[in-house]
Amino acid sequence: MAKVLVVTSGKGGVGKTTSTAALGAALAQMGENVVVVDFDVGLRNLDLVMGAERRVVFDLINVVQGVAKLSQALIRDKRLENLWLLPASQTRDKDALTDEGVGRIIADLRCKFDWILCDSPAGIERGATLAMRYADEAVIVTNPEVSSVRDSDRIIGMLDSKTVKAERGERVEKHVLITRYDSGRAARGEMLSIEDILEILATPLLGIIPESQDVLRASNVGSPVTLNNAASAPARAYVDAARRLMGEAVTMMVPTERTGLMNRLLGRRAA
Amino acid sequence: MMNLLRLLGGRTASAPVARERLQILLAHERGLRGQPDLLGLLRAEILDVVSRHVVLDPEKVVVRMDRGKHVSTLEVDIEVPNGFERSMAASG
Repeated sequence: MAKVLVVTSGKGGVGKTTSTAALGAALAQMGENVVVVDFDVGLRNLDLVMGAERRVVFDLINVVQGVAKLSQALIRDKRLENLWLLPASQTRDKDALTDEGVGRIIADLRCKFDWILCDSPAGIERGATLAMRYADEAVIVTNPEVSSVRDSDRIIGMLDSKTVKAERGERVEKHVLITRYDSGRAARGEMLSIEDILEILATPLLGIIPESQDVLRASNVGSPVTLNNAASAPARAYVDAARRLMGEAVTMMVPTERTGLMNRLLGRRAA
Repeated sequence: MMNLLRLLGGRTASAPVARERLQILLAHERGLRGQPDLLGLLRAEILDVVSRHVVLDPEKVVVRMDRGKHVSTLEVDIEVPNGFERSMAASG
């Protein structure tokens, strides 16, 4: 049965789009049929991170308004044939999205895919509430930093009250994904620890993505980090997270960079 | 505890401060959830009750909540124009 998963956070810049692309690609690599949907109308970026920015013809709004068919707006990934993108509109604003229109598209996508990953815009306004509206599961992307944790808490409250599942008295299955984690700084007491964040948010952990230059490197070239450098620490962490989404029990650990002495001497500048 | 960490680490371990601040803040914010506009509701009902007896300018009704560590105070400031007690005169 298809699963609708919203990637959300409240706060901007914590890694929602990066995580949507990486998790989507990792699930597709495991053989699942995946579509990643950009809900950030007016400020789309998932197309860019996926490297499909020059192939966008129709978008989510066009489909909502009946200007284009769903099949015309879906873009197939060039690397993985079972990974698709539904881009957001760049010219319209988020008011062009309607609850009913989004509901219709999600229902159509459920017939075609195993996973529908909704990349939420930042904030708690219409775009964010519609991105989570039909979700079965949620990944709450959180940085080990006070404002991000506070916003995650707020979003968790919304997932428990404003989604269709919540209104039916059911629960959206929630997972926290900690990104930009620096275990050294956490150990020195300079950064909130995993335990601190989980205790405060009282939500199970999906994965820990270490702070890494590979993430920027992957978005620079328009490739999900799991495809761009599968051996990198963030890629391995995202693959582990995707396996947990599939129901596998994977031991939780923080993958570390495999930096050799030479790399360290060179300051890891060779990108 | 903080001083001890400072002595041992040579610099401030700020994560415990972050953790404590978050715990206090979120306990407070979660309490407000589900009743998103408690003050607005209080203000409307106070205005309603007082207006039955006194003619009021709705703009002159201010309801403020101040949360302290142990007690919170609810401050209701109603400005009543001079010389008007509409229904008191009628029922009087």
